[in-house]
Amino acid sequence: MGLLSDPVRRRALARLVLRLNAPLWALPVAWLERTMRSVGLEVYTQSFSRKLPFPDETHERYMVSGINVYGILRAPRAASTESLVLTVPCGPDSTNSQAVGLMLALAAHFRGQIYWAKDIIFLVTEHDLLGTEAWLEAYHDVNVTGMQSSPLQGRAGAIQAAVALELSSDVVTSLDVVVEGLNGQLPNLDLLNLFQTFCQKGGLLCTLQGKLQPQDWTSIDGPLQSVQTLLLMVLQQASGRPHGAHGLFLRYRVEALTLRGINSFRQYKYDLVAVGKALEGMFRKLNHLLERLHQSFFFYLLPALSRFVSIGLYMPAAGFLLLVLGLKALELWMQLHEAGVGPEEAGKTPGSSPPHPPTQGVGLASLVAPLLVSQAMGLALYVLPVLGQHVATQHFPVAEAEAVVLTLLAIYAAGLALPHNTHRVVSTQAPDKGWMALKLVALIYLALQLACITLTNFSLGFLLAASMVPAAAVTKPSGPRPLYTALLVLTSPAATLLGSLFLWRELQEAPLSLAEGWQLFLAALAQGVLEHHTYGSLLFPLLALGLYPCWLLFWNVLFWK
Amino acid sequence: MAAAVRIFLLVLLLLGPGGWGQAEPPRDSLREELVITPLPSGDVAATFQFRTRWDSELQREWVSHYRLFPKALGQLISKYSLRELHLSLTQGFWRTRYWGTPFLQAPSGAELWAWFQETVTDVDESWKELSNVLSGIFCASLNFIDSTNTVTPTASFKPLGLANGTDHSFLRYAVLPREVVCTENLTPWKKLLPCSSKAGLSVLLKADRLFHTSYHSQAVHIRPVCRNARCTSVSWELRQTLSVVFDAFVTGQGKKDWSLFRMFSRTLTEPCPLALESRVYVDITSYGQDNETLEVYPPPLTTYQDVILGTRKTYAVYDLLDAAVVSNSRSLNIQLKWKRPPENEAPPVPFLYAQRYVSGYGLQSGELSTLLYNTHPYRAFPVLLLDSVPWYLRLYVHTLTITSKGKENKPSERSPQPAPPPPLPLHVPQHLSSQGYIHYQPAQDRMQPHLLEMLIQLPANSITKVSIQFERALLKWTEYTPDPNHGFYVSPSVLSALVPSVVAAKPGDWEESPLFNSLFPVSDSSSYFVRLYTEPLLVSLPTPDFSMPYNVVCLTCTVVAVCYGSFYNLLTRTFQIEEPRKGGLAKRLANLVRRARGVPPL
Repeated sequence: MGLLSDPVRRRALARLVLRLNAPLWALPVAWLERTMRSVGLEVYTQSFSRKLPFPDETHERYMVSGINVYGILRAPRAASTESLVLTVPCGPDSTNSQAVGLMLALAAHFRGQIYWAKDIIFLVTEHDLLGTEAWLEAYHDVNVTGMQSSPLQGRAGAIQAAVALELSSDVVTSLDVVVEGLNGQLPNLDLLNLFQTFCQKGGLLCTLQGKLQPQDWTSIDGPLQSVQTLLLMVLQQASGRPHGAHGLFLRYRVEALTLRGINSFRQYKYDLVAVGKALEGMFRKLNHLLERLHQSFFFYLLPALSRFVSIGLYMPAAGFLLLVLGLKALELWMQLHEAGVGPEEAGKTPGSSPPHPPTQGVGLASLVAPLLVSQAMGLALYVLPVLGQHVATQHFPVAEAEAVVLTLLAIYAAGLALPHNTHRVVSTQAPDKGWMALKLVALIYLALQLACITLTNFSLGFLLAASMVPAAAVTKPSGPRPLYTALLVLTSPAATLLGSLFLWRELQEAPLSLAEGWQLFLAALAQGVLEHHTYGSLLFPLLALGLYPCWLLFWNVLFWK
Repeated sequence: MAAAVRIFLLVLLLLGPGGWGQAEPPRDSLREELVITPLPSGDVAATFQFRTRWDSELQREWVSHYRLFPKALGQLISKYSLRELHLSLTQGFWRTRYWGTPFLQAPSGAELWAWFQETVTDVDESWKELSNVLSGIFCASLNFIDSTNTVTPTASFKPLGLANGTDHSFLRYAVLPREVVCTENLTPWKKLLPCSSKAGLSVLLKADRLFHTSYHSQAVHIRPVCRNARCTSVSWELRQTLSVVFDAFVTGQGKKDWSLFRMFSRTLTEPCPLALESRVYVDITSYGQDNETLEVYPPPLTTYQDVILGTRKTYAVYDLLDAAVVSNSRSLNIQLKWKRPPENEAPPVPFLYAQRYVSGYGLQSGELSTLLYNTHPYRAFPVLLLDSVPWYLRLYVHTLTITSKGKENKPSERSPQPAPPPPLPLHVPQHLSSQGYIHYQPAQDRMQPHLLEMLIQLPANSITKVSIQFERALLKWTEYTPDPNHGFYVSPSVLSALVPSVVAAKPGDWEESPLFNSLFPVSDSSSYFVRLYTEPLLVSLPTPDFSMPYNVVCLTCTVVAVCYGSFYNLLTRTFQIEEPRKGGLAKRLANLVRRARGVPPL
């Protein structure tokens, strides 16, 4: 329990709670306003505040209030029906000030040009993604996440595309492009192609997932590297997190990507003029668009910047995996049918099970209890940690964030004790038929869920399918039970998350030790819950309300007596 | 004797066909005017107005001779029995918040509204023909005006000229927000001018400069006016207006000084010989306390002071007919220099402005929201709001909410403060104005758009939000435009209001006042009439992917159908050897003929 015993973190949190109303670092709003106005933009500000459900330890924030500043470049002879956005999310320290400088320089340059046909919004958000979320919600006049913000004074029609810019260091040696957005949404592939074209044109070094583009496709290294990139993308997309400010734009049907200037300590570096040129090129191209980007793919996987795997190629893989569940369910159905039919028909098949009284109804009734209990468990997993954090902090020496994570784990583990509890309710009239019926229902339930997830977020669906389907297919109360138990525990959603974390860091060439991995796992759990509440990310409810109860059903099947 | 005849003929020739009419005063007259206004934001607006007045009753008499009045428009009036015609073609959007209240705003795209005489029996048919004819005259896509974008407002658009009856069934109003305005529309507009672009102010109308601006709006207004003070007979007035806004920031490299040459790349040399009056007004009102902030060159001979749009303004006047103005230097290049550059402070905000947007996300439903700002510190005033929404946005009228200052503001409720009586242009019936007015006409699919008109009381210093939810309809696949993913336009809302003045205007002689002050009739000195338009909206509708899957599905289906069809045919058909049978009637007849000829039968 590293979180509990880490005094540094505890102290940091205490300091944070003390300083709730004194911002550590604030955006120089007045200066930004003045500068943007002198450049010739229409400048507006928006203030927002948000109380997080529990303190965010990784970003050290709890009660957040900030101000977004944005300037609109009005296109001449256009009626403000369409616009493009260049956004720079600013974090709690001034790490992204390089990007703000570049954005202002671009604004000054753009203002002098007469070819703009769409308005351009230059947006600086405070508290990085929280500010972006507040601005987007206010722009579209909706309230999705309970953010409190002042209404916007200036708008510029329907946003057609957005580019988020992050320059994390003074020295930029390569531009990393991030496409994975909230809930695994991706921008249209044409936007990425546009960026890639300008990278090639400007001779910029572009990376994907922080990895260089493989040059040599003939030897084994090239394909191997692209497989690594592909796996990284699958993991990033499966997490459903907005990996950059662009991720939040995608919900509003705005094609967006994040450009991240990174210092990868290579010998050549680029000055900001090269980056600015690439951005200018992209904006001019987007400015010429007559329609929204819609021609190219919305579902793809990227092994390299110039190559993609289309939905037509990868979907069959997931389809075949789900077919296993379907076939298994069919087999169970037929077995059940054989067991349930009258003796005259059962007698025809040699070696049939001993004749049971035809009690179809009993089997179904026996399913109700495990189904209800496991769903209730999922509901508890979803609701209790955040709801009960104050109770937990009063009775245990933990902070709120730790309380949430530990409650999560406790409820998750408590679910494993379920079979022993449900057995009191389950009738033991027809034990064999009972688990078969339960497994049949669980298989269909799992297949349906996975199919739905795969359609919207392929990476998540595929990861879950690849881990859960084999264990789900083979689980039964008879046979080598310890083996099945180990298999089932290893493929439970939480274990998949832990494994993905290790794999992710391994692919990034920063392998984790076991303790670090555990710490990261706890942090990821907290982040997952937090992102559900702040941005509306769906991974946590999906796992808590959908897949975890489903997995409990298989656990029930395994311990059926 | 022969000499006398020759002289008589010469006199006849010289006098021309109008010679006999010389006894009465000239029946038509032209006034031209250019107003240059430095805007609060630092941009410069230039408004041209050309007014042709014709003392003739076009509809009563059979007129065949036209002098200054363009024949194309004159014939239009008599053929379609028009009472008024207002057409504007605009590129860009007048930003009221930053540029101040305009003399005459127009919605971006094309706007056409016309009042017909009460003698017209089929108004819709006349309207259709009229829009088609105008489309030809102005090279604009006005022929796209049909019943799906035409509405009949009940209160917002009243006749601007002389009118005795206001039965709104003779009014038609349509906006085409998609219309793009360019040189091809400017040329026919210029051709209607008596001096074309050869002399006078119209020399400045050079297309490449006019379309190098932030805002371009050209309009034609035809209306009947009083011929004399007692209004015993009617004259026809044609006003051609053109407003442009120059972006001082781009053209002046950050400086806000301007000159005629810098804006139009031309200077004024001579007045139009046909014009009775040809003047340039430059707004030299200083907004600060210090009077010496700006300087006009050459120094004006006269200045003009009046209350324009509720505030006191000072204009430098240059009369081109005054020989002293032009002949000094052979050309007139008016320049304005800021002695002290105006500070980069927030510009003064007009009392009334508006903003409109679509809220929500996703392709199923959404919300149309209009924000109305009343920045007057202590006066509330009513605003008449007109919304015309295409049928494919299905409005839910029960969701219509009007909130100001956090409270619901019902248009049908009696407002706490008694509204001032709305005078002339706001022809809401008197008994309605004090208790609100709301008119809704639902849409019919593919037939007519929604029309919503409301009289809303705006409390002092407040923001009023008018919102209504809608659902996006699925169109038939042939109804999509060629670029469906661009989105579909919703025409702007129209706000008509009587805004309280800061300074009371004194009623002046209507015929003598400058043209920019005499378009809307004013009946009340304490307020002035403003008509504002919000920005048009772009709404995306659920759009099928027309390209790839459609092609694939069509191709695959065809291939499968052909293959499957022939294979099925082959597999299921049973082949039999058919006995040769006696042929039909034709064969028998043929055989009869052949037998007669002695040829073996078939």
